[in-house]
Amino acid sequence: MIEVKGIKKGFEGRTVLDDVSHRFEKGKVNLIIGGSGSGKTVLMKCLVGLFEVDKGSIEYDGRNFSELDFDGRKPIRREIGMLFQGGALFDSMTVLQNVMFPLTMLSDLTEEERIERANFCLQRVNLPSSNHLYPSEISGGMKKRVAIARAIAMNPKYLYCDEPNSGLDPKTSIVIDELIMELTEEYQTTTVINTHDMNSVMTMGENILFIHKGKKWWTGNSDQILQSENPELDSFIFAGKIMQKLRKN
Amino acid sequence: MNILKDLGRYWLFIASIFRRPEKWTVYRSRIADEMVSIGITSLGIVSLISIFMGAVITIQTVYNLVNPLVPLYVVGLVVRDSMIIEFSPTIIMLVLAGKVGSSIASEIGTMRVTEQIDALEIMGINSTGYLVLPKMIAAIFITPFLVLISMFVGVFGGWVAGELSGVIPSAEYIRGIQYQFLPFNVTFAMIKTVVFAYLVTSISTFQGFYTEGGALEVGRASTRAVVHSSVLILIFDYILTQLILA
Ligand SMILES: Nc1ncnc2c1ncn2[C@@H]1O[C@H](COP(=O)(O)OP(=O)(O)OP(=O)(O)O)[C@@H](O)[C@H]1O
Ligand SMILES: [Mg+2]
Repeated sequence: MIEVKGIKKGFEGRTVLDDVSHRFEKGKVNLIIGGSGSGKTVLMKCLVGLFEVDKGSIEYDGRNFSELDFDGRKPIRREIGMLFQGGALFDSMTVLQNVMFPLTMLSDLTEEERIERANFCLQRVNLPSSNHLYPSEISGGMKKRVAIARAIAMNPKYLYCDEPNSGLDPKTSIVIDELIMELTEEYQTTTVINTHDMNSVMTMGENILFIHKGKKWWTGNSDQILQSENPELDSFIFAGKIMQKLRKN
Repeated sequence: MNILKDLGRYWLFIASIFRRPEKWTVYRSRIADEMVSIGITSLGIVSLISIFMGAVITIQTVYNLVNPLVPLYVVGLVVRDSMIIEFSPTIIMLVLAGKVGSSIASEIGTMRVTEQIDALEIMGINSTGYLVLPKMIAAIFITPFLVLISMFVGVFGGWVAGELSGVIPSAEYIRGIQYQFLPFNVTFAMIKTVVFAYLVTSISTFQGFYTEGGALEVGRASTRAVVHSSVLILIFDYILTQLILA
């Protein structure tokens, strides 16, 4: 469980996050939704410590992450896996080396054990037999899978995904969403996902946080979201034609 | 104001490089890779430049020696000392600032804008140490060899030019390059080289590391890396010469 209390974050005087408090639950897929530029990525980067918050605190199962320094954060960092919006694979390394990388740097496993673990993760994301290709030689969907494999290599307790299905076709998107749900269920991770994909919201929305103008505007689940009667949330959800039709029915 | 801010950031950056590394074994193999990419791949260009520098110094010196009282072997001595004291360390390191500096800055800049550095940070890896230290150690270790090679090739180039144009007999040239040789000059050149290697790697990695934006900014960072390293090489050349030789 990750608990956020009253965090604020601004850049050069411009407030991006304003007093956001929320609880991301264990064994569930927690969604952060909101329009482009609403501060989803900034919130996620604050959670993992890539940005320092101006105010407020972030707790990982009771451990106050925001108070710790680089070395103090290391043990928590090792329990975090993250899937970046663009994959962020190391382009000087092959697929296999990418997945092995955290193991090489942070574990005491032998070479064989690392290869075995990496292969296991790659099979888990349905990506066997691409081990020796470089990131530039594989498709966007494959990159996301490799990135997921790398993120789960260290058996994380906390899994972050920034727009896991942006730039993917609808079918691959669903595959990735399902994969994330399965992993969350299987390993009981606290999973946090940024998305503006309504399809993902409807399938994975157990605990949704809607960010608007840097504030926590609404929270609930996918059943409640369609009847929220919150004008900003409604205009976000029903922006697309398909969702409008859904509402009429 | 901006310069002070950048300077402050630069020192914090340098300090962060020397935080405890995760795994020495990984660093060791990265240092070896970097030595190849910085050193071995520069051998060709270093030799080419040096042979022509030596050749040009020979011909120019002969051309300028109008006083018949000055013996011809002085040409060999001039080539040797110019190469050792100034041309090999400074010019070669300026060329490497262009070649190595721009490639380091764009490599790290690309890693920054594609979030690869964030990915390292998330894992709890000291990203500056992992990315910068191997390059810095490799450059500091390998560039003195490149500069030594440049000295030999330069002196050889001078001899070749003398032979080909017939302006100086081989025996005179060889007498010149042996005349009053000061080993300290080589030490001085090595000191300069190591300082320049540090400047090029630290400045280029710094520029790459703080790239913000996209591909355009990566290009700008790599240009800045080359310009800043070159200017600082020249400034430090002056400072070191003043400090050590004067
Ligand atoms: N490093 C930064 N420096 C200054 N401003 C930033 C920085 N990162 C983000 N911002 C600003 O914060 C705001 C929120 O950006 P953020 O990337 O979190 O949006 P987002 O909700 O993730 O959007 P998208 O759905 O398009 O990814 C934007 O106005 C952006 O300009
Ligand atoms: Mg975003």
